Amino acid sequence: MPHKTFFWFFFPSGLAMLLFIGLPIISSFFQSLHIEPEQILMEVEKCDPFGCKTETKVDIEATSKLQEEQPLGRFNGLGTYVDRNHLAFDQIKEAWNNSSSMSDFIDIMLNLPFYKALLFTLTFCFAVTPPVVVLGFIVALSINTLTKSLKGPTIFGVILPMIVTPLIGSLVLFWMIDAKGILGSTIQYLFDDPNLSLKSSSQLTWITLIIYGIWHNTPFAFVVFYAALQTVPQDPIEAAIIDGASRYERVRHIVIPHLYPVATFIILICLMDNFRVLEPIIGFAAEGVAQSLSWMIYNDLRSENKMLFGSAGATSMLTIIGVAFLLTPVLIRTWREFRTER
Amino acid sequence: MKKLLIALLFSFVSTSAFAGGHSPCGVTDGSIKILANEFTTYRIFMDEVKSCAGEGADFSVTHSVDHNKLQVAALSANPAEFSAKLVTNGSITTLMNDNLLRPLDDLVAKYGSALQDNQKIVIDGKIYAIAFMANAQHLWYRESILNDLGIAVPSTYEEVIAAAEKIKASGKMANPYAGAFKSGWNVAQEFVNMYLGHGGEFFKAGTAEVSINNDKGVAALNMMKRLTEVSNPDFLTQDTNAVKEEWESGNVALMHVWNSGAASLLDDEGDQMIKADTRLANSPSVGGGSVPATTLWWDGFGIATNTSDENAEASFRALLGAATSTEMANANPNATIWLIDGYSPGDTAGPVVDAANRGAAPYPSLPYMSLLHGALSTEIVEFLQGNESAEKALADVEAAYVAKATEQGFL
Repeated sequence: MPHKTFFWFFFPSGLAMLLFIGLPIISSFFQSLHIEPEQILMEVEKCDPFGCKTETKVDIEATSKLQEEQPLGRFNGLGTYVDRNHLAFDQIKEAWNNSSSMSDFIDIMLNLPFYKALLFTLTFCFAVTPPVVVLGFIVALSINTLTKSLKGPTIFGVILPMIVTPLIGSLVLFWMIDAKGILGSTIQYLFDDPNLSLKSSSQLTWITLIIYGIWHNTPFAFVVFYAALQTVPQDPIEAAIIDGASRYERVRHIVIPHLYPVATFIILICLMDNFRVLEPIIGFAAEGVAQSLSWMIYNDLRSENKMLFGSAGATSMLTIIGVAFLLTPVLIRTWREFRTER
Repeated sequence: MKKLLIALLFSFVSTSAFAGGHSPCGVTDGSIKILANEFTTYRIFMDEVKSCAGEGADFSVTHSVDHNKLQVAALSANPAEFSAKLVTNGSITTLMNDNLLRPLDDLVAKYGSALQDNQKIVIDGKIYAIAFMANAQHLWYRESILNDLGIAVPSTYEEVIAAAEKIKASGKMANPYAGAFKSGWNVAQEFVNMYLGHGGEFFKAGTAEVSINNDKGVAALNMMKRLTEVSNPDFLTQDTNAVKEEWESGNVALMHVWNSGAASLLDDEGDQMIKADTRLANSPSVGGGSVPATTLWWDGFGIATNTSDENAEASFRALLGAATSTEMANANPNATIWLIDGYSPGDTAGPVVDAANRGAAPYPSLPYMSLLHGALSTEIVEFLQGNESAEKALADVEAAYVAKATEQGFL
């Protein structure tokens, strides 16, 4: 394709990306450099059904005047990025100097909100993605061998977890794993422990969330693999059958190499999706034990006070950097494959 | 004929109740959009608001347990998403911080002749909200279970735990105690109760500097931990509504929930055996203190700043009609403690009155209290799971609060 044609072909989507992805990112970045203007407090008399007393209140006039002067808020540079709720450099330095052992240091570090969230986010990403790819492949292979009449209904059944809205899916499972729910009480019965609760311990909650993640993401991998399986060339397979290759050998030496680029694509999308995990945390009411980076943004914007745009912006920037780090190896690999194919 | 009778009766009632001022009900223009918390008493109140607004008004109400998290964003927009918000002494401060509620003095002068003085929430000389009910958390118990085991009604948390352990040992129930320990607003509220019960102060006097990492804070957390040990293992996911469901399923013999819970716990739905066995008790004190470990709350309504005067007036009239409705109050005497003129309290009011008499504090109406509440809501969870020490948890709360308060400009 000549460069000029490519440019005009790409221009509309490039413009849309700039407007709806590029500009919001730049705007979030600017917001993340600012914090709210100083709140000016005053003492006033407050009366309610329980009596009158003198209490502190925000001086609205003085504070809104400050706000008009600085609509973005006070400039704070990278202050929000390094405060305790984000990268927490001061706390880490202190922990490094004061901790007696490496495990002590790691304990302190993982107690800080950002690192706690990062640990869960990465664990979720790397625990969910490989099983999703493997399961998706196995399911696609199995369904590919079904007779035509059975294929349709089976495919529908398999992609159901993807169709269900994530929040609803996690809420349904949340009630099923309740101590009185069908799964919860079955597990209690199997382990013979009436106090076993999937919701009360961090580890079990993490495992539940990961299993939910696999359940929800597998259909995506299945759909892509299934589509790719239809493109596997039949000639080498027939030749292999004539040569006496077993089914395993055919899959191992013909199908898998053919599907390699597709697998890379699935891994890429899955990592990206799972890095943004949010809905299951809300659905499973797991905020107490499992927080992700997206949840931190959500919490800043839906807290019981003023929305913390600066803090949310800083977490968003860090999330983008995180996604970029995570995807670099896969992207490099794709680039190499692309080069060699040419 | 019957219709005429009702109409006559209604006109008689409304003239007698609102003699001397403009009648608030029968709104014909303007739109009324209300954001409110979700519990039975509010549903009763909203039915009255709707009937007061009348057929002609454009009326909608959104009930949500997440109302606190929605309110600032929804009322900051101009025009605001809602024309009115049901507020409490807890949630009003965040709205006041951003000037999101308008002064109501003019509207009160025009329509508010039936209001009692203690219904007016006056801040710096201006009325910003109208209260219609008072509420507090207190103890509830199952009389037959306590009687069977010869347990006296607990008056301290130490006795609550002893009682719960006795019930557990008897094999009647596996997890006899319940409180709203859901991570988030609820678990933080339990800490607020317990800390005040120990006589603690949240901030250094007159400043936004937090000080909860002390003996009282540690004692409060340890008491919460002991309570969760006699609760359902899923306690971190149970809010007030979930606790009430546990109660109605007969899984719990002692619980600490809102007085307004009577509206659903003592209604005609659900297991009537359990209802007949349900008793209310005063809120327990803790750690040898005399003050009950609970907070006093008023519930009322405020009108959005960012809404048209027409909508503000329409919303005010409909809400005021309900907030001065003696009939609604007396038809539902046990739904809560109404602050409405002419209301004669039902038999469930006792524990709230007792809490007030014994010196329970109102929930602190400080501009930065919600930030501390937010920090508590996630940072004490790990302690309750046994993963960190009480001192560590409180230090985390303080650090999280300082970071947020700095970003908001309070420190």
